[in-house]
This record gives sequence, structure tokens and C-alpha cells, in this order.
Amino acid sequence: MPVPEVKESFAGQVSRVTLGSTKDSGGTRTSTVTVGGARNVVYGGSIEQAGEKPVIAMDVLDSRPDDWPETLAEHYQDVMDSPGDWAKKCVEEFGADLVCVKFDGIHPDKADKDAAHAVKVTEEVLKAVGVPLILWDSGNDEKDNQVMPKVSEAAKGENVLIGTVKEDNYKALTALALADGHHLITHAPLDINIAKQVNILVSDMGFPLEKIVTFQATGALGYGIEYAYSIQERQRLAALGGDKMMAMPAICDVGYESWRVKEAKLEDAPGWGAVEDRGPMWEATTAICLLQAGVDIIRMRHPRAVATVKNFINQIWQ
Amino acid sequence: MILIGERINGMFTDVKDAIASKNKQPIQELAKKQTEAGATYLDVNVGTAAADQEGTMQWLVETIQETCSTPLSLDSQKPSVITAGLKVVNAEAGVILNSTPLNKKNDGEILDKHIEMAEQAGPKACIIALTMDKNGVPQDINARVAIAAEIVQKAMDKSFDTRRLFIDPIVLPVKVPNAQVQVGNILTAMEQIKYLADPAPHMTIGLSNVSQGTSKRSLINRIFLAMAISSGLDSAIVDVLDEDLVNVVATAEMLMNKQIYSDSFLKAYTTANKA
Repeated sequence: MPVPEVKESFAGQVSRVTLGSTKDSGGTRTSTVTVGGARNVVYGGSIEQAGEKPVIAMDVLDSRPDDWPETLAEHYQDVMDSPGDWAKKCVEEFGADLVCVKFDGIHPDKADKDAAHAVKVTEEVLKAVGVPLILWDSGNDEKDNQVMPKVSEAAKGENVLIGTVKEDNYKALTALALADGHHLITHAPLDINIAKQVNILVSDMGFPLEKIVTFQATGALGYGIEYAYSIQERQRLAALGGDKMMAMPAICDVGYESWRVKEAKLEDAPGWGAVEDRGPMWEATTAICLLQAGVDIIRMRHPRAVATVKNFINQIWQ
Repeated sequence: MILIGERINGMFTDVKDAIASKNKQPIQELAKKQTEAGATYLDVNVGTAAADQEGTMQWLVETIQETCSTPLSLDSQKPSVITAGLKVVNAEAGVILNSTPLNKKNDGEILDKHIEMAEQAGPKACIIALTMDKNGVPQDINARVAIAAEIVQKAMDKSFDTRRLFIDPIVLPVKVPNAQVQVGNILTAMEQIKYLADPAPHMTIGLSNVSQGTSKRSLINRIFLAMAISSGLDSAIVDVLDEDLVNVVATAEMLMNKQIYSDSFLKAYTTANKA
């Protein structure tokens, strides 16, 4: 009797998503980024089944942040008032695959800036760099619904990744992303059932499942990473099992989550090691952990953490 | 769940009439409707009325394939009819040879022949093997499992991937005298059969059989389907046009944690199956 084949193989796969539009397809990007395509779990199966390499999107804020710790802010002091220069620095000096413009400054509790400002920032960044963009709202539904449609329109034809849409606020941005030719981020609060529901709702509006990237919310190392990890893992396994409503590539917000934990930034903590090392290590460890669960795009902030994670990616995804 | 749509069968009057008058339209309509309802495969059975069963099988296959690309399940007890269908079927996306017993009194090698026919048809061709042999349909659990074990053994001896093998434990009508015990036997047998190989063979049933002649056919079909899914059933020949029945599949798979729950889980199931 022959020995049965026990190699694990899956029927489904993570869908492939290409971000950015070059001149040939009506945009102004000088390069595109393709993610997804995995037909196995990370480390599982053959090289061919690993799909595309994960990529790093570096955060550029639309307005100067006032809460960044010095170990992080020192790398950006010269560009924090110019999103265009900031983006350029991320791409040219730190090797960002994409730039994620985070519109913190439009939030009513922060700088409460208007749509004209957000449009100007979008145009500046589009002009400054050639990589594909991610355009990420402030998290205040009411304000985002006023501003993000204008942002979407300003990037029309560039095939950006725009978001985020949630279970109770998805219609306006979904319709615009569809009209302006963008990819869309669906957002759920660490809840796989809601994650699936948002995808169904968005798909019901005629938005193609192949143009969605999911955001399950992120927890940093020590602050709920296990929830994020197990959800990402479950999403990947559902995709491999053939669940088309869960077969999208995933994005994580590692930069913001890592830099708000006290272990990453507390200066007066002699037993914890030098703060200059601790922060980037915290961010890199969080990112690498989530990469192993099956994440495709990682939002990051510290250049040393980015370098460490890029090195890891290049070794694992040959 | 692999759903095999049962409607293109010469036992149904509309199909029988279409075959008699060589009217393609009703056949193509049934293929389209079943595909839209989520059928993974379309069963094709010429029934008993047509004189030329081989020719009718070919006509049905060609007629369906003119307008529909859903893979087919060629359903006949006669190998010659399945062979005729295989000559014209597009097996690239898959095809099921439906079905063969382990062996017959007058043909000890019938399973071997089906495996060979599937191998020749292409890498995605599957077979349905019934847990019956030259002595007929077994009446108890152990005999069913023993026949299934022989089927699995034969497939493995021939290096036929067990994922291409569907085992049908044969559902008998619950109303047949003294057959009521069989329904429970089948469930127990299925639970054991799936451990015969890794990866496990698929388990399939002709669902509507269970309710033959009863007064509450669709209720019995739905409840039995849910019970069978919890015993490891992952395929069935069913009326996919029965929306409530497909909802039972979606719900059972969700409760078994095979599909992630969402508030629109019924819609998610049908949309994903259509895509």
C-alpha cells in the first residue's frame, strides 16, 4: 500500500491587488505595488505558494504631530510641515514601498482642518513621490464624510488605496472609490464577523471584492497583539479555504499602535534598556509578528524599524 | 459544500419532454438557473424513456455546454452511457462519473474501470462510488464501512487521489418498511468512512431519496441534510433551486464553523458560491 500524500494544500488563495496607476493606465505613478496571491500560510508550502512579498507603507501625516516621542520625531523634524518632503524622505531615504497619508489634522479634536487643506496635501504628496499612495481618514465619521470624497476626487485615476469604510459608515466612500477608480480599505474593530459583514455590504454596492484590502484593527506587542494575530490568521485560513468574502489582502497599522505604548517611549526606565533602541524594536517586533500571521501591507514609522522589517521580509520571501 | 444540481434528469417530465422533442431551451434554462442558485456541478441523467441512452447523454452534455460552463456530473448506472458523455464533455473544470458500486455480479472490475475512465478524462475528473457490492446494498453500518474501505483501498492502490473520490453511502427512503433504521446507520457510517484516508474522500448522498413517498418531503430533506452535514457530509445531489434547502446548507456550515459568521451569512454563502 503506497504512503498517502500528506502535504497540506488549499483550494483558495488570497486575491492579488495592484495599487497605483502609471502613465500607461491614466495615472502619474512611476511604479505600482502588487500584494496578495498567497496559496498557503506563511512558512507553509513551496516558494510558489507564498504569493507576493509583503510591503511597507510609511506614514506621512497631513499636519505636524505634537505627540510623537523624540526618538521618532527626530527623523522627521525637517519635513513635518511639508507632507510632500516628508513623503519624499520616506521613499528616497528610508525605502518605503508606499506612502500612507494619514489625515489626523482634519479631526475636529485635533487641528480640525478643512477639505481644501486635505486636497492640497494629497496633491503635494502625489507630486513629490512616484510610489502608490494610501489615503487614510481621521476616524471621525462626520468629518471624514465631508473631507474624504474631495480627497478621493483629487487622486482620481491614481488607483490609490483609500479608507476606511466601516459597518455603519461605508456608503459614501465606497461609491466614490468606485467612481474614482480606487481600491478600498474595509475596517472592523478586531471582530472577524463584522469584518466579513463589511465586505458583504461593500460588495452589495457593486464594489469588486478584488479591489478590497481589509483592516482588522491592530494591537501592538503587549497591547492585544494576540487578538490581531489570531484574526489575521483566521482571515488567511478562511481565504485558503475558499471563502471569497475573506480572501482579500490585509493591512495593519503597526506604526501608530507601537508608538503609543509606554514601553516604546518612556525615557526614564533604566531597567528597560535605551529608549532609542526600545521604540524601534517594539515597532519591528510587532510588525514581524503580524507578518507571520499573514499580513500584506504594514504601516510603519521609524526608519530603523522599517529597515529591520524589510530585511526580515527579504529573507523570508525570497 | 459541493452541491450537485439534480434537475437535469429524464425522470422529470419537463426534461423528458425536452429530450423527446430535442428542445434545447428548457435544458439550458435549468442549467442556468441551477448555476445561479449555487450548483457546483450539474447532474445529467437521461432517465429511462430515451431509447438511445448514449446518444441522449451526448445531446444533453452538448446542449448544456453551449450556454453554461458549470462542470457536469454524468449520471448513469451504465458505464457505456458515462463513456459516451465523457467523449463530448469539457472535463477541464472538472467532471464527476456518477456512479459505480464496488463490484457487480456480472462485472467484478467496474470500479477499476471507472477509476481508469476518470484518469483518462483529466486531472480534475472525480468518481462517485456507492457503498454497495455484488450482494446489493448492505443493511448495517459495518458492511457499509467495509465496502467503503475496499473502495478507498482500490483508489490508493491505483494512486487515485482520494480527494477525487466521492463515497455515497446510499440513502434509502425512510418510508420503506423496516428501512427507518438505515437513516441513522448512514450517519454513523459516514463518521467512520471519513477516517479511512487522509485527505478524506468526499461524502455525498442523493438527498431526495430519503423522503420518497413521504408526506413532508422538503422538511425531511432539509432536516436530514443538516444532520448529515454534522456527520461529515460535504457534498450532495440536491434540488439547488430550493432556496430554503441552500439556506440550510449555509446555516449548517456556519454552525459547524466551516464558514465565518456574518450578519448576512446566507447572502455571503450564495454570493460566494455564484462567484
